[in-house]
Amino acid sequence: MATMSSAEPTRRDFLYIATGVVAATGALAATWPLISQMNPDASTIAAGAPIEVDLSPIAEGQVIKVFWRSKPIFIGHRNKKEIDAARAVDWHTLPDPQPDQKRVKEGHDQWLVLIGICTHLGCIPIAHQGEYDGFFCPCHGSQYDTSGRIRRGPAPLNLELPPYEFVTDNKIKIG
Amino acid sequence: MSGHSTYQPQSAFMKWMERRLPIASLVHSSFVAYPTPRNLNYWWTFGGILSFMLAVQIVTGIVLAMHYTPHVDFAFKSVEHIMRNVNYGWLLRYLHANGGSMFFLAAYIHMFRGLYYGSYKEPREVLWILGVILLLLMIVTGFMGYVLPWGQMSFWAATVITNLFSAIPGVGEAVVGWLWGGYAVGNPTLNRFYSLHYLLPFVIVGVVVLHVWALHVVGQNNPTGIEPKSDKDTVAFTPYATAKDSFLIAVFCILLAWFVFYMPNYLAHPDNYIPANPAVTPTHIVPEWYYLPFYAILRAVPDKLLGVIALAASIAILAFVPWLDTSKVRSARYRPLYRQFFWVFALVCVGLGWLGAKPAEGGYVIAARILTTYYFAHFLIILPLLGRYEKTKPLPNSISESVLKGKGAAAAIAILAVALGILTGISTRASAAEAEHPPRQKWSFSGPFGYYDRAQLQRGFKIYREVCQSCHSLELLSFRNLAEPGGPGFSVAQAAAVAAEYMIKDIDDQGNATERAGRPADSFPKPFANDQAARAANNGAVPPDFSVIAKARTYERGFPWFVFDMFTQFQEQGPDYIVAVMKGYGEKPASMTMPEGMQYNSYFPGNAIAMPQPLQDGQVTYDDGAPATIDQYSKDIAAFLMWAAEPHMEARKRIGFQVMIFLIVLSGLLYFTKKKVWTDVHGHA
Repeated sequence: MATMSSAEPTRRDFLYIATGVVAATGALAATWPLISQMNPDASTIAAGAPIEVDLSPIAEGQVIKVFWRSKPIFIGHRNKKEIDAARAVDWHTLPDPQPDQKRVKEGHDQWLVLIGICTHLGCIPIAHQGEYDGFFCPCHGSQYDTSGRIRRGPAPLNLELPPYEFVTDNKIKIG
Repeated sequence: MSGHSTYQPQSAFMKWMERRLPIASLVHSSFVAYPTPRNLNYWWTFGGILSFMLAVQIVTGIVLAMHYTPHVDFAFKSVEHIMRNVNYGWLLRYLHANGGSMFFLAAYIHMFRGLYYGSYKEPREVLWILGVILLLLMIVTGFMGYVLPWGQMSFWAATVITNLFSAIPGVGEAVVGWLWGGYAVGNPTLNRFYSLHYLLPFVIVGVVVLHVWALHVVGQNNPTGIEPKSDKDTVAFTPYATAKDSFLIAVFCILLAWFVFYMPNYLAHPDNYIPANPAVTPTHIVPEWYYLPFYAILRAVPDKLLGVIALAASIAILAFVPWLDTSKVRSARYRPLYRQFFWVFALVCVGLGWLGAKPAEGGYVIAARILTTYYFAHFLIILPLLGRYEKTKPLPNSISESVLKGKGAAAAIAILAVALGILTGISTRASAAEAEHPPRQKWSFSGPFGYYDRAQLQRGFKIYREVCQSCHSLELLSFRNLAEPGGPGFSVAQAAAVAAEYMIKDIDDQGNATERAGRPADSFPKPFANDQAARAANNGAVPPDFSVIAKARTYERGFPWFVFDMFTQFQEQGPDYIVAVMKGYGEKPASMTMPEGMQYNSYFPGNAIAMPQPLQDGQVTYDDGAPATIDQYSKDIAAFLMWAAEPHMEARKRIGFQVMIFLIVLSGLLYFTKKKVWTDVHGHA
């Protein structure tokens, strides 16, 4: 507008600026509920509570799947051969270096608890397959060993460990 | 869209763009340079308000669709899930539901403005007809949206309205079959209505584009009804019209926020908080307030087919108004007779709305027939004859010569406000006509700053557990809710301890049915395995679920209270009713025959209730020293049930206050901005 062209901000300009700022603030605030509603809702969050798993029915050499927070959790009962294989390798040379001891709970070396989601692009690896007899992801060929560590293929990281603890020798609480 | 392209691209990029896609000059010519008559009054801002409301409805609707489940078993629950669990879900749903009402309010004001100032006359016939099409699309969209929550009113509205089509000779049954996708209204119906409810708003957007296009071709009408003759008669759309529209949009938002934050269920029907039940029709089925006049016309005609024809004709006739009104003069300002008939017509529409909410019997039917006849006579007889015989006042030579006066506007606003009040109030407060009015109680949660009394909610919960729970479920509540903000104020550990006292059905690793202790995420278990078991154990009546019962029960407030309620924000009919029923047991009057096993209750509709008096003095021991009386018990359980039905009420009222303050400040600023912008125009007029 021609009447607004003075170099000094006038009272009129101030009114326009104030109105614009208030309106913009309101518009911005109004978008917050629209964004916030996309977060997991209260029932979903509540459903993500910890779960307990009884280990006694799992036979040596068996891997079972349970679900926690919509994610498959692999619980493997490793035999001695598998534990030895995981510990024989020089872990410093691995793509994501980590000793097997750090991936299990002390005194429970036979129990391997992993989030069964390939760290490449989220497929579910198959147990007891691949060159390392650990886990093999059928999507893009990532190979994990008997400790769930990445050994070969496009995945960048070892299979993730969920938070869990032993309630008794035969029962774990995940989450 | 109009011929004025004065846009000169400044930057090199905009010049480059202008030669390839001249969108900037289109916007400039349509919404900046576009000339609008300088004498437009505030009634002309409703086009902008409608565009804004359409955007609000689409945005909130898309978001709600992210959480809603269109299935007969889940629709009601998913809506309650939105209300309870989704972040700000209650806000989005209440915005959408009340936004629909406000959308219709704005559309009706927009239409009556067109009728008053003759905005449909040559050369604006197509513009007007597009508007009628928009109204029709809005009616269909609003109806389908109302079906989605799958409450009792949703279901029976769907049944009644789809049955209208069965009146069509020959193909009626087939059409109804296409609408239902089954033997009756059911899951396929819900699914297709959901699909169409998502589609139609975008069709509306398309027709709005045509409507605006047509508007920009012929230009806006104005209060004088004479065309602008020179540049002196017009001002640029921006900043003049934009400033004015923005101010009124902000004011309109205050009205919307009033309902959304303080009385979100006032315009709705309590019966729609009862899940759809194909076996029972509610005693008073009434459409939303904005359909009431059409509904009255439908019911005024004693013949099925003719009633449907009258209903369709009452909307279709609007499209012919440009030709039915034969007067050469547009604006009612210069048509002294038409102006009177206009207001009579407006009152007839309000009257039809009032009758639409009344039962179709006795004098109401006769009145509805008279008003229906007048409705059509206005278009078919009065408008054509007026054009021929009315002596109009002399028109001013130009717009700038006519003097802007706002007189009459205040009166018109008052009339419309009262009309809206009568319509809405009557439509929503219609049930339990024969029962006494429950006495009004004092509630901590009433009014704009209401809050729940934590101790009272805890006592109410104790009563629920010790008395009600053996028969009444609380399906939509989880134990974790007890510890959530705005509730009874239990700690997380206390809520978990409560949960652990319940046994929840589950399946063990071997696949056997088992029971385990409850967890905070579990919902309250049902006392009966299914409705049949509940009915068998309770004298043939299923004890209703308690989750939303405080919103599903009401009583008729009656005139003029429902009008006052809109201003006092009174909306505690539900808890008042619950208290009254708890205390309403007594000896039946000698004249009344009581069915076997039923009890007399002076506040229960029909006065015969299957439930024996549940609360007695001294029945529950309170730990906090509150009196162990039936008075106290009834108030506590009612307060607890109010919280169960509306767990986010405290957040709603708190945010509402902030929004109100903001909107009042914004409206004030926009008003002064508008005034500054317009000083030049008024100064030189």
